[in-house]
Amino acid sequence: MSKKILSQFNIVSQCRKYGLSLWQCPQFLFLLMGLIIIVSSILSYMIGSRYIDDPGTVALVVIIITAVLFTIASIITRSFENLAELSRMKSEFINVVSHQIRSPLTNLKWALDFLTSNDWKKTPEKEEEYRSVLYENINRMSELVDDLLVVSRLEQGTVPLRKKEVSLEKMVEGLLSEFKSFAAACNLKIEFSHQAGLPLVFVDPSQMKIVFENLIDNAIRYTKGGGKIRLHLEKKDKNIYFEIKDSGVGIPKEDQKYIFQKFFRSENMMREQTKGSGLGLFITKAIVEEMGGKIGFISEEGKGTTFFFNLPIK
Amino acid sequence: MKPRFRLAQMLVLNRLVRARFAKIMEKILFIEDEPALQKTLGDVLNKEGYKVVSALDGELGLRMAKTEKPDLILLDLILPKITGFDLLKKFKADPETKKIPVVVLTNLGQMADIEKVLKLGPAAYLIKNNYNLAEVVGKIKKTLKER
Repeated sequence: MSKKILSQFNIVSQCRKYGLSLWQCPQFLFLLMGLIIIVSSILSYMIGSRYIDDPGTVALVVIIITAVLFTIASIITRSFENLAELSRMKSEFINVVSHQIRSPLTNLKWALDFLTSNDWKKTPEKEEEYRSVLYENINRMSELVDDLLVVSRLEQGTVPLRKKEVSLEKMVEGLLSEFKSFAAACNLKIEFSHQAGLPLVFVDPSQMKIVFENLIDNAIRYTKGGGKIRLHLEKKDKNIYFEIKDSGVGIPKEDQKYIFQKFFRSENMMREQTKGSGLGLFITKAIVEEMGGKIGFISEEGKGTTFFFNLPIK
Repeated sequence: MKPRFRLAQMLVLNRLVRARFAKIMEKILFIEDEPALQKTLGDVLNKEGYKVVSALDGELGLRMAKTEKPDLILLDLILPKITGFDLLKKFKADPETKKIPVVVLTNLGQMADIEKVLKLGPAAYLIKNNYNLAEVVGKIKKTLKER
């Protein structure tokens, strides 16, 4: 903790983190403003004590001037800081994305090398195998691009939602049949229960699908060595409540506060699965909130995770 | 009597050839969690006359480096269970595996990552996406020759 505070004062290293020169660096500017404030308050004291007789008034004037300057300085540097942080996150974003794109690209490149080269003999069956590698990786890239577009849409808020009356239980049932073979391959059982006669919900179906897909996909992916995943839908007051419970690896306590952050991937998730963009839960949360809902989770490392959300019916 | 003798002779000969062949065939341990790459590079190295053993995560890779006694290790950096950075450190610290040349094969191209790895003394650092298959195979051959 004390180390953390000390590092806050190490201005040069802070500025390097943002990749800015000293004169553009918020921390340095703040320090500079502080010095100016001290100098100007001393000056105003000196000038004030010459022209104003009552020392109480002088003190008050000095305090007011100092306070105004200080407030302005902190507002300016704070906004600077936000901008610098934003630009740092953007470059980190590019780093992560370029690595995520490179992996399927390499797969494509090498598989094509193998298919087209005359140096290595191959049977028709082998060629077929390699063609399926090509398709798989093209799909992987399209999925990543889709995710990125959703993120950009969510951040800019430019594309309006296309809301319709939707039956969530039908949507979940449809998606579960798509996930059937993936779950079976992972030796997982999926159970889905819901209240009878649930009302239709007014949401954007394409966005809602992304939410369910991400949650189901995560539950399957992070449950190792077989187990059970339970999904449940019910009406609670004016909301629809959904939960998905897995018996998977769980999220460590120290990682829980970051779990919805863009590009955050828990270390114990990385241990199981290095693929994944780190965008899924960020997107999921943003969409649920966009529809006026609230998402949360409870998780225990080694025991499993339950994600749940409330969505207003109208 | 005669044909039987011939058969026995052939068996002996066969065994001799195999033993000789096994001696020549160099073994490569390929630690990589991307199945598509395991397949492509694995197939090609097989066709080039190497024996390839593959590990899909870091833990398995560490174990196999000791049990399989490979002539060369191909190492990815982002791996489940134990990362490639830690594996390389462990390989170089262990007298059993210290002398095995390690070719790092990754898509991490950041200077900081490259510097961190080069300090640990790999035989080569290749950014996957910048090389085609033939070039990677060429690098592996060269590293094995210089061993």
